[in-house]
Amino acid sequence: MLKLEKVSKIYKTGTFGGKLLPAVVDVSFDVKDREVVSLIGESGSGKSTIGKMILGLISITSGKIDFNGIDVSTLRKKELKKYYYDVQGVFQDPFSSYNPIFKADRIFNIIRKEFFPKMKYAEWKDKINKSLRAVGLNPDQVLNKFPHQLSGGQLQRFLIARALLLDIQFLVADEIISMLDASTRVDVLNLLVELKSRGLSILFITHDLSLGYYISERAIILYRGTIVEMGETDKIYYRPLHPYTKMLMASVPRLDKKWEEVKIELRGKKAETAVGCVYYDRCKATDKKKSCMIKRPELVEAESGHFVACDCYKKVAAKINPIP
Amino acid sequence: MSLKINNLKVYYQTLRGDVKALDGATFSISDGEIMGLAGESGCGKTTLANSIIFLNPPMKYIEGSVKLDGEELPIWDMKKMDKFRFKKISIIPQYAMNALNPTRKIGKMISELLDSKKVNYRKTKPELERRLDLVELTRNVLNMYPIELSGGMKQRMVLVLSTLLDPSLLIADEITSALDVSTQKAVAEMLVEFRDRKFVKCMIVITHDISILYQIADNILVMYAGKLAEKASTKTIIHSPRHPYTKLLISSLPKVGVKSSEKKLTGIPGNTPMLLNPPLGCRFRDRCPLAFSKCTEEPPFIEIEKDHFVACWKEHKKNA
Repeated sequence: MLKLEKVSKIYKTGTFGGKLLPAVVDVSFDVKDREVVSLIGESGSGKSTIGKMILGLISITSGKIDFNGIDVSTLRKKELKKYYYDVQGVFQDPFSSYNPIFKADRIFNIIRKEFFPKMKYAEWKDKINKSLRAVGLNPDQVLNKFPHQLSGGQLQRFLIARALLLDIQFLVADEIISMLDASTRVDVLNLLVELKSRGLSILFITHDLSLGYYISERAIILYRGTIVEMGETDKIYYRPLHPYTKMLMASVPRLDKKWEEVKIELRGKKAETAVGCVYYDRCKATDKKKSCMIKRPELVEAESGHFVACDCYKKVAAKINPIP
Repeated sequence: MSLKINNLKVYYQTLRGDVKALDGATFSISDGEIMGLAGESGCGKTTLANSIIFLNPPMKYIEGSVKLDGEELPIWDMKKMDKFRFKKISIIPQYAMNALNPTRKIGKMISELLDSKKVNYRKTKPELERRLDLVELTRNVLNMYPIELSGGMKQRMVLVLSTLLDPSLLIADEITSALDVSTQKAVAEMLVEFRDRKFVKCMIVITHDISILYQIADNILVMYAGKLAEKASTKTIIHSPRHPYTKLLISSLPKVGVKSSEKKLTGIPGNTPMLLNPPLGCRFRDRCPLAFSKCTEEPPFIEIEKDHFVACWKEHKKNA
């Protein structure tokens, strides 16, 4: 359904745009029909940038994003609007997605004005009600209210309902859970699972690993704009191969296990453009090769459906944990 | 007994009446204890924290007492509290990253802050530098502006700053929620280390992320809609909670190893009640699957086992 080929985004910074800041470097992956893919990474790893590039909100520097055979970056005005009938995004902060002066259902009216100008009012109302029920809201309770009268979970579901009005095929969900409370969190997650079973593909961007595990079939781990590990969720979680993924898995706060004694390196956390392995200055593998510093490792298939970008992974993977 | 809070009530004054954000909190924290405070947004966690240290309008003191190291804190009096703030009680606020003055170099800001408390900066500096080493910040940060530090670095800076005068009580309000998992772990572990090194006597760690508390807290207090719901040791809260709200909350958390296709988690249906005119009786009643007639009366927060407090009629009955 969606395919990214060597997509890069390089920002120009500095007074005259003289400095370059690569946010995303040569990222390639695909999302199949009815699939949920998690994009996991820490802040500044470029996960939101990828989401925005897919949505066409920012231009891509090089590479190609292909959606059902269409090159997304070449779309202009009318074609782009057509693209938005199929692809929509929901973002992190439901509170700032609304204008507090207007009622919350204004977001629906904008959709009607832009995308369905000819639809009759009764028919439109029916469509809204259907869409609200699909996300588990009672239309009588939530319509005609101001944003501050609705809870964060309701507002977030409003935004998903808005995306559903368009009968979309692909949803970019950028950290949509992180602002919600624990008790409503799971409901929004379950909603995504249900939407998937109805034929929607989702790119689930998150920094919370347990949420990623709950909902996705495949996971992609990003570090400083490059994919360091990618593959089926089970394999990534139970047999992480890249040292970064291992460190990440060890620092997830869990309810069934206390943190292990893993020292976390905080000093070498500068965003710099290394020619070599992106993780070189934080990597703690005892036998770091000199070549890691000058050559960037390629993404290779370590086992079926499990890719890793680390030249030293074979040694690291001496102890393989079975998947329970 | 380091901190003892008795029936503390703090309301918010609004034009439409008082919002009962903290309605009768009674608990104590002993020396060297890290107490986790968990609950949904709007349950009164931050109100509890702020009222102990900086009770400013629209917050309104109603009744109750707070005792720290046997001494009564005059929390209703902003001026008298000055003596205790920073020296005896310290807080790391929710958006600590934005708490640093952007127009001052960090070292200068600290010296001004110490000046206002009549503490000599020069004499404190060696200790300050030792602690910077401890949280893995270079000593050079004192000559930097806050903008030059990353979010995690600022958070660690504020941690050092708030604990500089060895307060008896440190309140850490959601300090890990805006950080990446790896930094989150490092900061959480630093809290424990600061306790172990006796920089702070006891700590209240507020977060909505219970899994963090499981890693670092000794005891957990769960709040719901301005009331205390349950307090027990971390192990008990996670593995054998008694209050229906805690039970539902714990079971709704996604864990690594739980897949939507294998085990579907459920949230808690319904919403938290409005605190402007909260319903009488148990405030969780409307969402509680076990609610019965007695729940229209307010359940007291009592000890059903040693160090295990619960406010639920069902549990009281079982125990009686």
